[in-house]
Amino acid sequence: MKMLTGTDIAPDTSTQVRRVGRPILKVEHLSREFGGVLAIGDLSFTVAAGDIHSIIGPNGAGKTTLFNLVTGVYKPSGGRVLFDGADVSGMAPYKLAARGMSRTFQNLQIFFNMTALENVMVGRHLHLNTRLLPALFRFPSLVRKDREARDRAARLMADVGLSRYVDADAAAMPYGALKRLEIARALASEPKLLLLDEPAAGLNATESREIDEVIKTVAAGGITVILVEHDMKMVMGISHRITALNHGRKLAEGTPEEVATNPEVVAAYLGAAP
Amino acid sequence: MNALLHGRLTGLLVLGAVIAILPAFLPNNFYLDIAILAGFNAMVCVGLNLLIGYAGQISLGHAGFFGIGAYASAVLVGTYGWPPVLALLAGAAAVGLLAFLVAKPILRLKGHYLAMATLGIGIIVSIVLRTESGLTGGPDGMMVEPFRIFGVELYGEKVWYWVVGVLLVGVVWLSLNLIDSPMGRALRAVHGSEVAAEVVGVDTARFKVLVFALSAVFASVAGSLFAHYAGLITPAKADFFKSIELVTMVVFGGMASTFGAVVGAVVLTLLPQALTVFQDYQQIVLGGILMATMVFMPKGLLPTLAALLPARRRA
Repeated sequence: MKMLTGTDIAPDTSTQVRRVGRPILKVEHLSREFGGVLAIGDLSFTVAAGDIHSIIGPNGAGKTTLFNLVTGVYKPSGGRVLFDGADVSGMAPYKLAARGMSRTFQNLQIFFNMTALENVMVGRHLHLNTRLLPALFRFPSLVRKDREARDRAARLMADVGLSRYVDADAAAMPYGALKRLEIARALASEPKLLLLDEPAAGLNATESREIDEVIKTVAAGGITVILVEHDMKMVMGISHRITALNHGRKLAEGTPEEVATNPEVVAAYLGAAP
Repeated sequence: MNALLHGRLTGLLVLGAVIAILPAFLPNNFYLDIAILAGFNAMVCVGLNLLIGYAGQISLGHAGFFGIGAYASAVLVGTYGWPPVLALLAGAAAVGLLAFLVAKPILRLKGHYLAMATLGIGIIVSIVLRTESGLTGGPDGMMVEPFRIFGVELYGEKVWYWVVGVLLVGVVWLSLNLIDSPMGRALRAVHGSEVAAEVVGVDTARFKVLVFALSAVFASVAGSLFAHYAGLITPAKADFFKSIELVTMVVFGGMASTFGAVVGAVVLTLLPQALTVFQDYQQIVLGGILMATMVFMPKGLLPTLAALLPARRRA
């Protein structure tokens, strides 16, 4: 533990007494190669509903590739992804979103041509009337629901601590705020499963702790979270379960304690035999 | 100017007021004619701006859709005796269908490739109009019957000025409505980040196809009416240079700004007229002005001017 994080944060002890929820995501023998190079190989794991489940591993371990496979950005070379019991392998991201899966990105994917609030309102897409004619002629029902969506988006922005940026252009916001804007946008779609790709990357310690709180609140609200993060303090502090990857394969899985003390995980991080 | 950009109603009122007052300052039909042409161009540009400025796609073939609309009206009314309104709707439906069919495969392309593909469509339309002389009159074009509706014939610059003015306000209204709606935000999201749009449920392919078809229909309707107004339509109105001109108007006026598209269309319709004093050097001066604008105002005319305004107020 000490070796991994340099701190003495104890793992959340509540994990030991938690009841394990039904599986919401099952990854079975998943693999993906790029020009003969295996980015993910024969990977299987299960995420229980309601958990904060972290994926850790050194750079190049395949964490972001895994995210892209699960969310349909990439198609798998082999294996299956089961979401809520249905095979969704290689399904387009927008269809997965409709089934209740959303995500954020390691490299920000912000709509810089819109205001912050509009960014979050795009997250309401699935819950609004997106047909052409009602939009062209500004049907009253559409305007009313749009106004509700606006209020809801503003509340979500407040929830992640962005109330002062409601009217700001996204392009004028600082990096740390944009990280949270992505979370607010994803939450606006009301996902059952939220995948966060390095939400604390590039943030200072204070900002990281604030993201901690946001993620915990999200999970407490019943949304399952899959987290990729290099900030071990955050991972060990908030995860219920951790899957460790190295070279696209599963290295270890278990509670934060189990994974942190696993000799192979320690070796992968330090690059030496234990 | 900020109101022009940001206030829906304010902008519409300003536009309406300008259109209403303008004829008082236009001494004769020659100037009215130019205003009408500017209005037609503006209608096409407002639609094209939805595609280019908001959704971030490009089309170098929109004059082709303008041309199909124009020739649909010319042929269906002139040769087959259809009522003009029906011909206009048939042309718009045909263009919408054509745009829908070609959009699916070509909008998977990006950047230069999409530009090439749309260029190809425009060129095909232009060639067909030139060579099918039995139907279209070939390179010389064909005469078009006047527009009749409910037994009233639209005739003369004074009447057409008001028709085009009202329609332009309508088109701008539709565009503003669309942009400030869930579908409009989806379009802008496609421009901002396709993958981020997808993961919150936006079927990006569907919206790209929709906006392409919609902007093509705008062009087709403007083409139909233009044909009736001008009384003569030639393939030159549908060719590559006209397509480039339309894109230039949108970019010049300011992308992702509905009023910018109107301003761009108006300025670039007037400019060649104003530059006739340079005679042989007219094209060179026009080219120079366009280059200078893009160098010094990369965001386009209206957004740049609008950005200046609050700065001056603060000073």
